[in-house]
Amino acid sequence: MSLNWFKYASPATFYPLAGKMIPWFAWAAALLAAAGLYLGLVVAPTDFQQGDAYRIIFIHVPAAWMSMFLYVVMAAWSALALGFNTRLSAMMAQAIAPTGAVMTFIALWTGAFWGRPTWGTYWAWDARMTSELILLFLYFGIIALRHAIDDPRRADRACGVLALTGVVNIPIIYFSVQWWNSLHQGSSVSLTRAPAMAAIMLTGMLIMSLAAWFYAIAASLARVRTIIVDRERGAAWVSELPEVRNA
Amino acid sequence: MMSTFFAMNGYGFYIWSAYGVAALVLVLEILALRSRRRTVLAEAHLTMPDDADNATEGAG
Repeated sequence: MSLNWFKYASPATFYPLAGKMIPWFAWAAALLAAAGLYLGLVVAPTDFQQGDAYRIIFIHVPAAWMSMFLYVVMAAWSALALGFNTRLSAMMAQAIAPTGAVMTFIALWTGAFWGRPTWGTYWAWDARMTSELILLFLYFGIIALRHAIDDPRRADRACGVLALTGVVNIPIIYFSVQWWNSLHQGSSVSLTRAPAMAAIMLTGMLIMSLAAWFYAIAASLARVRTIIVDRERGAAWVSELPEVRNA
Repeated sequence: MMSTFFAMNGYGFYIWSAYGVAALVLVLEILALRSRRRTVLAEAHLTMPDDADNATEGAG
């Protein structure tokens, strides 16, 4: 049973493939970010209610989406790794965590600087913000747990279990604005309603979201390549890599 | 012209604090990735066997 896509499930074959993909995703992210920033900061008009403060939406919402989405992807890789004992899946989970933490931090930070001019406070212990802060701590916990365990395969399992347990927080973040009275506004974009914002603002936000996606993919792939070399060090194919020979 | 853009009708401090720190964090992530890659490649180079073509395991 040799399905073709299993070919890339081995670190040795995935390493060069990831290396080829990174520049494409990185350039796509950079170009989309440039277009999205231009739309968001220059072209989009001032909001009649919030003034220009609303422009933080162009980084806040994409970062917040990515913070949750990356967690789910990380947990899915962890589940694969736990279920099938596949090394590359565990490495992917390991590679996503820091970028997820970065996105979560950006979502919290930009939210604070949006909250201050619109609500009059940088922070409130409200359901949406508190659960997003817990998400940041989950990412930190998973990264710290990894560093606390010397054997990488044991660390994979421990981090996988923690990541899967933490998935319970994702629907809590997502539905928090419906389940509890929250200072945070409800979602601006939904699949069932027309978006509650002007088309130009929505376009800018979606372009920035795509940029965040591609950035996260490029960063995760770059990190997984480093993880592969680190964990497969000593294997013949790693020793034969020109970047290892010439390091 | 430029100064009105950066002023953002009085919201400049909030907008540029948000955008600036977001950009800074992303730049730091990229720099950390680079430096980690250099370290790991150098470590892998040290565990490289003398004759990499015939070895299957690092000799240390």
